[in-house]
Amino acid sequence: MTISKKDVEHVAKLARLGLSEEEKEKLTQQLNDILKYAEQINQLDTDKVPPTSHSIPMQNVFREDEAKPCRNTADILANGPQTQETTFRVPKMLE
Amino acid sequence: MSDKLYTKTVHELHQLMKTKKVSSVELVTAIYERIEQVDDKVKAYLTLTKAAALIEAQKVDKRIADAKEIGPLEGIPVAIKDNMCTEGVKTTCASKILANYIPPYNATAVTELEDDGAIILGKLNMDEFAMGSSCENSAFFPTHNPWNLKTVPGGSSGGSAAAVAADEAPFALGSDTGGSIRQPASFCGVVGMKPTYGRVSRYGLVAFASSLDQIGPLAKDVTDTAIIMNVICGYDPYDSTSIDKKVPDHTKALTGKLDEIKTVGVVKELLGKGISPEVKKSIEEAIKVYEKLGAKIKMISMPSFEYALSCYYLVATAEASSNLARYDGVKFGLRSADSPDLLSMYYNTRREGFGPEVKRRIMLGTYALSSGYYDAYYLKAQKIRTLIKRDFEAAFKEVDVLISPTTPTVAFNIGEKSDDPLSMYLSDIATIPINLAGIPAISIPCGLAKGLPIGLQIMGNVLEEEKIIKAAYAFEQKTKWHKERPKL
Amino acid sequence: MSKKYEIVIGLEIHAQLSTDSKIFCACSTKFGNEPNSNICPICTGQPGVLPTLNKKVVEFAVKTSIALNMKKIKGESIFSRKQYFYPDLPKDFQVSQYDKPLAEHGEIEIEVDHSPKKIGITRIHLEEDAGKLVHVGSDRITGSDFSLVDFNRTGVPLMEIVSEPDIRSPEEAKLYVQELAAILSYLGVCDAKMEEGSLRCDANISIRPVGQKEFGTRTELKNVNSTKALKDGLTAEVERQIEALESGEKIIQETRHYDEKTGKTIALRSKEEAHDYRYFPEPDLVPLVISDAMIAEARKDIGELPQAKIKRYVEKLNLSAEAADTIVAGKDLAEFFEKCLKSSDKAAELSNWIIGSVTAYLNEKKIGIGQSKLTPKKLVAMLNLIEKGTISKKIAKDVIVQLLETEKSAEEIVKASGTTQISDESEIEKIIDEVLAKNAKSVADYKAGKITAMGFLVGQTMKATKGRANPGLVNQLLQKKLSA
Ligand SMILES: [Mg+2]
Ligand SMILES: [Zn+2]
Repeated sequence: MTISKKDVEHVAKLARLGLSEEEKEKLTQQLNDILKYAEQINQLDTDKVPPTSHSIPMQNVFREDEAKPCRNTADILANGPQTQETTFRVPKMLE
Repeated sequence: MSDKLYTKTVHELHQLMKTKKVSSVELVTAIYERIEQVDDKVKAYLTLTKAAALIEAQKVDKRIADAKEIGPLEGIPVAIKDNMCTEGVKTTCASKILANYIPPYNATAVTELEDDGAIILGKLNMDEFAMGSSCENSAFFPTHNPWNLKTVPGGSSGGSAAAVAADEAPFALGSDTGGSIRQPASFCGVVGMKPTYGRVSRYGLVAFASSLDQIGPLAKDVTDTAIIMNVICGYDPYDSTSIDKKVPDHTKALTGKLDEIKTVGVVKELLGKGISPEVKKSIEEAIKVYEKLGAKIKMISMPSFEYALSCYYLVATAEASSNLARYDGVKFGLRSADSPDLLSMYYNTRREGFGPEVKRRIMLGTYALSSGYYDAYYLKAQKIRTLIKRDFEAAFKEVDVLISPTTPTVAFNIGEKSDDPLSMYLSDIATIPINLAGIPAISIPCGLAKGLPIGLQIMGNVLEEEKIIKAAYAFEQKTKWHKERPKL
Repeated sequence: MSKKYEIVIGLEIHAQLSTDSKIFCACSTKFGNEPNSNICPICTGQPGVLPTLNKKVVEFAVKTSIALNMKKIKGESIFSRKQYFYPDLPKDFQVSQYDKPLAEHGEIEIEVDHSPKKIGITRIHLEEDAGKLVHVGSDRITGSDFSLVDFNRTGVPLMEIVSEPDIRSPEEAKLYVQELAAILSYLGVCDAKMEEGSLRCDANISIRPVGQKEFGTRTELKNVNSTKALKDGLTAEVERQIEALESGEKIIQETRHYDEKTGKTIALRSKEEAHDYRYFPEPDLVPLVISDAMIAEARKDIGELPQAKIKRYVEKLNLSAEAADTIVAGKDLAEFFEKCLKSSDKAAELSNWIIGSVTAYLNEKKIGIGQSKLTPKKLVAMLNLIEKGTISKKIAKDVIVQLLETEKSAEEIVKASGTTQISDESEIEKIIDEVLAKNAKSVADYKAGKITAMGFLVGQTMKATKGRANPGLVNQLLQKKLSA
């Protein structure tokens, strides 16, 4: 599979990543190189191999349903790039 | 006495504290003096917390003044990689996007250290969001290898390794996703350990690739490593993937003998092509050391290793692309000044805030998960992960521990690989399979070439950190490579 | 509605689970009005945080799965990340379940035109709720100057219940939601109030010519906030789709909104953005594996469900179907009713009061029985006063309003107002004598065979006592006097 500049633009949109024209060109090249290298994984037949998403298998880890107040709400708000009273303010949403 | 305090190991410092020959304040002061002397050259630190450290040191001194027993880390300074949250202290991940971020909470590993009386000196440089193998991807400045300032310290925990090697901290915490503790430990001639996945809580470690990330120590010798492991390992209810099993006393493994370790396996694939001759030579010498210690040596083939790098770069980037979505200008971190509307805010904030390597990985990971490619890339990679696990399982039926070089070469020059991502990725070839399988591994110094350290990697089965420490300590006792220090 | 087309509706219900803490952190789910007062590092997605799964959320979902007759509950389910950028989603992904949901393949029964109909349930899965956005400068997104983000709701546990496209009319959709709401509230897992947002409903709707096998293109109706709005919105959307097809237009797959003011549905977005959620298993959470033991444990905890309750009320307590329906429809009413039955065996009378005066009062005040001052003990005591003849039913109708509004008992109310029923024969006789004397004509009429005159005389006697005379006694004594 090869990646076109259009693919790069599509992926950048999914990732909400602004890219300059120069970055787009460079990334098209680099992603193609990396993916070409990664293509080697297709040499392996993995039809009967289950995927591993956790290297150390575990199951059913729970927390009891106990509500606890948080002591650092103010510190969380203090990190807000723009706050209004106790809300985070964001610029207008276009359609 | 205090003029050379900064060169000492944790266990040596503990003796001095215990016998009241040195106070924590003296020690902390001595280390900061050392930092002032050399950090202009090394550039290991991003943030120093001197005022707070001295206050804490005073508290500890008061406490130990009339204490009969003191803990092994009581009053001992430590430095933390800047991707672990420290409440009230800037945590940047060496990224512009978090340049002013002040966490409202502590990482569990940091709390563990503080609870045991360790004094936090400051936060250490790294590759941005732990993505990189050279520390050149820091948004602020690169860190230099104390052995040769023209070379890289390795990465991503480059600041951690350099700080310990340059005597700017008795020990440090790093994080290891594909080798990020072991590779810089190898380049800087210190000991670096990646514990079993889930052994140290990840809570508060800013996520790069959640299923691979693990916190671990960087220290001056294996003894210190065992001591620190005792403190940072353990179950954490805040991390669902942390292992709920009793932590053994790792210092009991410091016997100097191999004991129950009968067979040492050598990974065949990691002594072949791509490994530099001087590294290969050092590993062959290390094999002889183990033979002398009485181990049977067995060559082990790990056929899946060939695919580990591809597998890693698909899994790690996919998870990273998701973990890094939250840096969007809404709640914390950078917001672009050019944010006339929400969508522009997203695009511009992330364009200005992330460096090229982070962008590259976000792109690769987003692509690997996107519609139509998931099965071919992400799912396929997760299946190969199973094969890598199986190779290790089979190997540990035949051998007690496995060894290999930590890195194919010694430290490379700053700038040498920064324009060639693929060749940079290849420097993690020996460390990556360990993260994919979740097993523990250590890197210890095992030689010098062209004045630069070489690292020996020792791998063990899941939760067999003690075996690794035992094998590492026995080697260390026989060789003394860990006594070599860079001249700064 | 047209007979030419068949309506096909499938519903996705989001039920907020009534746990104390959020699904992945210990923040309370009971937030007040102050934005961002119930937030912590975890639910605001601070760098480095990890989720931990609330056990009760799983127990609630298993209980629901049993009640909805899900065939697959046992076994593994997996949390995944559903990724999209939005300011109300702090991590810019929602932890949800995707290819391995908690439960699959169930059904519930509703009653359509007095006959039972089964609606299939495709799946039940768990996920976290998003935060709240307030758009300033306009009441919609479009045209607003900026938006304010509040994460109090972020991380509140949601259970999504997806139905099969088995629903064939807006009325059925309404009945399905009502039945589901009743089940959830009986299970105690959800408040199930659409008006308050604890139950949210998205409807997929399409039409097809009768006899056609393939489904038509569907639209999605979002953000309806009552069962009435759901029914009306679906009706409007069906009409719109029929009109469109009839005039040769194509239905476009899109999200629409029902405007209650105009009674029409409008497209929310002119063009459906192609979503690519990039789901993948959440690496920070381990697989959830439901065992037989967990299912058995949950089963123990399931009380009588609405359908069974209605059946029992009708068959064992001899209530009318309507009365049983009305009481069972509100879990609080049924609980109240059953508490009354512990100290009274007058099921029919109790139900009459509950669905009569009590419900009328509660509806008028728009409150639940729990917010009134009426208790089972107070209601039973009033019934006893009626039985003993201390008060009449007519007076009781005034008394019950005071029982609902004040802390006073029926006895206290009656005593204070002096409205005790007069059951003293001599006292009533004295009044009857006065009435007879004043109404000689009616007496004569009665004696001449005009039976209806009796009613008038009873009425006059009651009026003279301001309704306090025991009506039975009045009748009895009048008979005796007039036939003397
Ligand atoms: Mg949903
Ligand atoms: Zn929270």
